[in-house]
Amino acid sequence: MKASFTVNGKRYEVDVEPRMTLADCLRHSLGLTGTHVGCEHGVCGACTVMVDGSAVRSCLMLAVQADGAAVQTVEGLAHGDTLAPLQTAFRKHHALQCGFCTPGMLMTAHALLSVEPNADAPRIREVLSGNLCRCTGYLGIVDAVLEARDAYRKSGAGVGG
Amino acid sequence: MSQRDAYVGQAVERLEDLRLLTGRGQYVDDLTREGLLYAAILRSSVAHGRIRSIDTSAARALRGVHAVITAVDIGERVPTIPLRMESRPELARFEQPVIAHGKVRYVGEPMALVVAESAAIAEDAVGAMAVDIESLPAVMTREASIAGEVLLFEEHGTNHAITLTGVKGDADAAIRDADYVRRERFRVQRHTAVPMETRGLLAEWDARLGRLKISGLMKVPFAVRALLARLMNLPEESIEAVENDVGSGFGMRGEFYPEDFLIPFAARKLARPVKWIEDRREHLLAITHAREAECELEIACRRDGVILALRGRVWSDMGAYIRPNGVTAPRNLAQMIPGPYRIPHLHMEVAMVLSNKTPSGSYRGPGRFEADFFRERMLDLAAQDLGIDRVELRRRNLLTAADMPYPFAKALPYGSGGETDSGDYRVTFERCLKEIGWTEKEKLQGKLVDGRYHGLGIGCYIEGGAMGPRENARLVLEPDGSIAAYVGSSGVGQGLETVFAQITADALQIPIERIRGVFHGSSSAVKLGFGTGGSRSTVMGGCALLDAAANLKQAIRVAAAAQFGCLPEEVDISDGLATVSAGGKLRNVAELAPGGLSVEGTFANTRRTYSYGTHAAHIAIDPRTGHLEVLDYVAVEDVGRIINPHALHGQVLGAIVQGLGASILEHLVYDDEGQLLTGSLASYLVPAAEDFPNIKAIALELYPSPTNPLGAKGAGEGGIIPVGGVIANAVASALSSLGVQPNELPLSPPRIWQLIEAARGIL
Amino acid sequence: MKLPVFDYAAPDTLAEAVALLAAHAGEARPLAGGQSLIPILAFRLAAPSLLVDLRKLPGLDTISISGTGVSLGAKVRWCDIEADSKLRAAHPLLAAAVAQIGHYQIRNRGTVGGSLAHADLAAELPGIAVTCDAEIIAVSAAGSRILKAGDFFLGPLMTALGADELIVELRLPPWRVERRWGFEEFARQRGGFAMAGVALFYDEHNGLARNTHIGVIGASSRLQRITIAEAVVNGRVVDEQTIVAAAQAAAAAVDPVDDVDASAAYRRALVATLVERALRRAAA
Repeated sequence: MKASFTVNGKRYEVDVEPRMTLADCLRHSLGLTGTHVGCEHGVCGACTVMVDGSAVRSCLMLAVQADGAAVQTVEGLAHGDTLAPLQTAFRKHHALQCGFCTPGMLMTAHALLSVEPNADAPRIREVLSGNLCRCTGYLGIVDAVLEARDAYRKSGAGVGG
Repeated sequence: MSQRDAYVGQAVERLEDLRLLTGRGQYVDDLTREGLLYAAILRSSVAHGRIRSIDTSAARALRGVHAVITAVDIGERVPTIPLRMESRPELARFEQPVIAHGKVRYVGEPMALVVAESAAIAEDAVGAMAVDIESLPAVMTREASIAGEVLLFEEHGTNHAITLTGVKGDADAAIRDADYVRRERFRVQRHTAVPMETRGLLAEWDARLGRLKISGLMKVPFAVRALLARLMNLPEESIEAVENDVGSGFGMRGEFYPEDFLIPFAARKLARPVKWIEDRREHLLAITHAREAECELEIACRRDGVILALRGRVWSDMGAYIRPNGVTAPRNLAQMIPGPYRIPHLHMEVAMVLSNKTPSGSYRGPGRFEADFFRERMLDLAAQDLGIDRVELRRRNLLTAADMPYPFAKALPYGSGGETDSGDYRVTFERCLKEIGWTEKEKLQGKLVDGRYHGLGIGCYIEGGAMGPRENARLVLEPDGSIAAYVGSSGVGQGLETVFAQITADALQIPIERIRGVFHGSSSAVKLGFGTGGSRSTVMGGCALLDAAANLKQAIRVAAAAQFGCLPEEVDISDGLATVSAGGKLRNVAELAPGGLSVEGTFANTRRTYSYGTHAAHIAIDPRTGHLEVLDYVAVEDVGRIINPHALHGQVLGAIVQGLGASILEHLVYDDEGQLLTGSLASYLVPAAEDFPNIKAIALELYPSPTNPLGAKGAGEGGIIPVGGVIANAVASALSSLGVQPNELPLSPPRIWQLIEAARGIL
Repeated sequence: MKLPVFDYAAPDTLAEAVALLAAHAGEARPLAGGQSLIPILAFRLAAPSLLVDLRKLPGLDTISISGTGVSLGAKVRWCDIEADSKLRAAHPLLAAAVAQIGHYQIRNRGTVGGSLAHADLAAELPGIAVTCDAEIIAVSAAGSRILKAGDFFLGPLMTALGADELIVELRLPPWRVERRWGFEEFARQRGGFAMAGVALFYDEHNGLARNTHIGVIGASSRLQRITIAEAVVNGRVVDEQTIVAAAQAAAAAVDPVDDVDASAAYRRALVATLVERALRRAAA
C-alpha cells in the first residue's frame, strides 16, 4: 500500500504492508535509524517522533496512517553540524549514557518546549514519564530540558501555539 | 601518573554523544546488509515438559520462509553452553543446550529458529508451528525444588546443583558464646535489568573464506567469540566480532545465550547474512533473570553492639539451567555478606537450586544487592533489640583505615579469599549522615505527619571492581600525528571512549583532540580483550592504556634514536608529543614513522578494588494505600580517583534509581504453572521520570586504590548495592509504631499495606 | 512483536466505514488512535482481517457543550479535552478524570471512542461514562442506536457493541452548578493501570446530599454505579460519619480478585480509601 509523507521536511513515497509501523518504516524503509524501537507496545517511548506537530509513539502508528502528514524525527533536530539547543544541553548535562532512549527523549522534550517553553521541572518530569531510561536516573535529562527552555523562549515558542 | 592532568578528573563532554544525540548511533538493528534475512525464535510456552513433536510444515510453507531449524538440524549432539567462570562438574551438568531437545524446562526456552525475508514473516512462521509437549509439573518453589519429587534433570537425581560456603573464623563457636543472637528470614524477589535495547545479532558467513563476522556479542565479545568458535568448530581467527553501540547491559549481556549460537549457525547454513532482534516480550522471558534469593540469617553480637558473627543459609533460585555467569551472584552472597563491616566470623551456605523459570545470572552488583539487604535489615533489628542507636551500631563496626587491608571470607569450594584495598568506611558514613541531615530528620521517624508515616534508613556497602585477570590495549601513532587507541574493554554506554581518551591524553600529555578515536571491544581492536563487567573497565582498560602510552613513548625514543644515532635515553620528547630532540637535532614526532607506529600495552590484576560508601533515605508512607514516597535520598561514596565526574555521577544516579525500582516496583512474577505473569513493560514496572526526583550523590577521592597505577576503583555498581536495605530500613523506621518488619522485597504498595494490616492484627 | 497480516482501509464516509464492518462479519476492527488496539495486535492477541481507519471520517471530533449536556465525538482525543478550557467548567469531573489518562504521547492519539470500545475496566473514561449515566451513540449499516453506559460494559474488554457497529458519540448529561464532585485514583505510576479509581458527585440541597453517583474503576468485573454506597449518602449531610459509612459500603459492594498486582483485600481497602478521599474533597 502506498503512502506519502514528509520527514524532516523531505518528501518520501513508500509502498509498504499496512501492518508495518511508522517506526519500522522510518528505520528500515527510509534508513532513518535514529528513532529506536524499545518495546513495540507503547510503553517505553524510545520510538517517539512528531507527527503534525504532536509527539506520538511511532510503534503504535501504522506507516500508512502517516499518509499526508509531516513527520519530524531526531535526525531533523540539528542543522547540519550545528546541534539543536536541546542536544547541546543534553551533552552538557550528561543526559545520556547508552543513548538508546535519547532520540525519544529529545523528541518528547522538543514537542513540549515548542508549545510550553516555560515548563517547570514537575511538568517536564510529568511529560517525560512516558519515556523510560535505565541508565541515567533522569536527573541529567531534566536539567538539560530546563536549560534548553531559554532557546525556545527566545525563538518565540509557545506564542501563537 | 602524569605531571599535569589536563583531562583526568574533569567533566569532559563525551565523545560518544555527538553521534548518539543526532540519531547516528549504530546499534545492531541499525545495521543492514545486502540480502539480509531475519530470524525469529519459537519458544516454549510450557514451563516443564517432554517434547513430543514440533510440526514445522505450515511454517516452511509460508512465502518468504527460507529455513526452519530445530534440534535435529544442529547435529549429532546438541552442545551445551559452558560456564564462563568457575565451572565445576556439579554446575556443568546443568548447562543449557543451545536449543531445547528432549525436554523444555522454562517458558521462553528456544525450541526452533525460523529464517525469513522479514522479521514479520519470521514471526508469522513461528506462530504457524504446532508444538506437542507432554506437560510435567512445574517446579516453582524452593520447597518443591529441594524436595526433588519432580526433577528438571532426571539423570542427575537432584535439583540442587551445589552449595557454596563463605567461611571465616568459627561462626558456630562465636554464636554459641555470644551475648546476643538473633535469627531472621529475608527474601529478595526475582527481577532483571531491562536495558532499553533488547538483544540482537547480525551474523554473516563468507563461505569462500570460511569466515564469520558477527555484531551484537557485547560485553565480553572475545570470550563469546572463543566459545562460539569451539561450538562451531572454527578457528577463533576466522570469527570477527564487531562491537557497535550498545543500549546498556547492567551485567546481562555477554552470557553466551542460545541465540549467540543459533544465529551464526543459521547464517552459515544459509550462507546469507541473518539478523535477529529480540522483542521486548521475548526479552522478559529470555534475558537472564536475577536476584531471587531466600535467606535465613543469624547475627551474633556483644552486648555493646560489636558484631561477632554472621551465619546463615541462602537458597538461590537459579532457574532452569546454570548460565555462564550463574555462579557470580551466589558466590558473592556467600562471601561478601559482611560488606564494609568488621565481622570476624562467617558461615554462609548458599544453595543453588533449579526451578522451571528463566535461568538466572548476574545483574549489577550481583549477590551484593541481596546480601546488603539481608545484612542491613539484620543490623537494624539487632540495634533495636540491644537498645543501641542503629547509627551508633554501624559506627562501631565499620572498617576503618587502621583495618586495611581486611581479609574476606573464603568462598568454598573455590577457596578464593581476597581483601579490601584501602579506605575508611566511617568517613563516608559520617558524611552521609551530615548530608541528609540525619540528626534533624530523626525527630520525624515513626511520626504521622499529614496522614503519612515518616521514616529514615541508612546502609553501607563496598563494591568490588577492577575484576582481572588482564586487559590489553594498543596505541597507534598515525602518519598525521594523531593517536588511535584500541582497547579490549567493551562499551555498554558507560562512556568508555571518553574516559579512555582522557587517560590516554594525559598519559601522552597531548590535547584530547589529537586522539582520532577510541576503538573498543571488536576483535580487530586487540588480540585478546577481556570485556566489561565487575566494574573493571576504567581500571583495567585505563591501566592497559597507561602501559601502552609508556610503551609508545619508548618506541618514539627508539625510533628517534635510530635516526639521530644516539641512545633512546638521550632522546627528549617535547610537551604535547610534538617533537623529539637529541644533541641539537630536532624532528617532528609525526615524521618518525611514515607508516605509523603501533605499540601494545597490557595490565594484569588479581587484586580487586573496593569503592565504598553509605546511602540514606527519608521516606513517607501513606498507610491507606501503601504508597512510599522517597522524600530525600543521599549517597556518599569514595571511589579513590575520579576520571570523569559526570560519567561517574550519571552511573551512580542511574544505579540508585534501578535500586529504588528493585526495592519498590520491579518483580518478575510466575504463576504455579510457570507462566510469567509480568510479561510486558505494562506489568513489569521500571522507574519513570516522576518516581524518584530527589536524589543526591556525592563522590569523594579520599583513598586511592594501591592496586593500580591510576589509583582508581571501579564504581559502576555501588549505586545499586545498598538501596534495598536502606529503603526497607526506612520502612521499618516509618512503621515502627506498628511494629512492621519488612523483610521481603519489593515493598510495593500492596505489600506495605499488607504488612500494616498484619501488624494491626486485622489480616 | 511485529503485527499480524491485515488489510487496511481508510474510508471517506461513515456509511462506507460501517458497510466495511458489516461486510467483514466480525473480522474487521475500527482503528482510531491505535493506542489500545495496536498493542493488542503486537501481542497477537487478536487477528482481524481488516482494519478500518477512521481518520478521514469527518465530524466525529467535535466537543459541544449545551443545555442538554456535553457531547464528545468518538474521535475526540485526550489532548483535545485537555485543551478545551470551557469543558473544565462544563464538566469538571470529566476533565479531572481525563487528566489522569496515559502519557503525553498517548494523549495526542488516544480517543474517546477507542477507550469506550476497548473497555478496560481500569480506564478512566468508561468509569466516568458509567458514573454519569452517559449515553453512547453507535452507528451501523442498519442505523443508529443509543446505549446506556451502565449497560454497555459487560466485563473486562467486553462491550455490548456489535461487531458491525461504530461508536460515534458519547453524551454526558448536563452538569449542575450546585454539584460537588471528586475523582481519586491510585496507580503505581502515572499513566499506568489504575489499581482502583473513584468518580463521584452529589448535588447539595439545603445542606443535604442528593442524586449521588458513585463509580469505581479497576476493582470490579463489572462497571456499574455503586448504588448501595450512593444510598448511604443520599439525604444526609456529608460529614465524616457519612463519608466513612459510604466508603465501607462501596468497599463491600465491589468484587475485586487477587491478581499479579494486588490482593482482593487490598483493592477493597483501596476503594474505601479512595471513596473517602473523593467525598472529603467533594464536601470541602
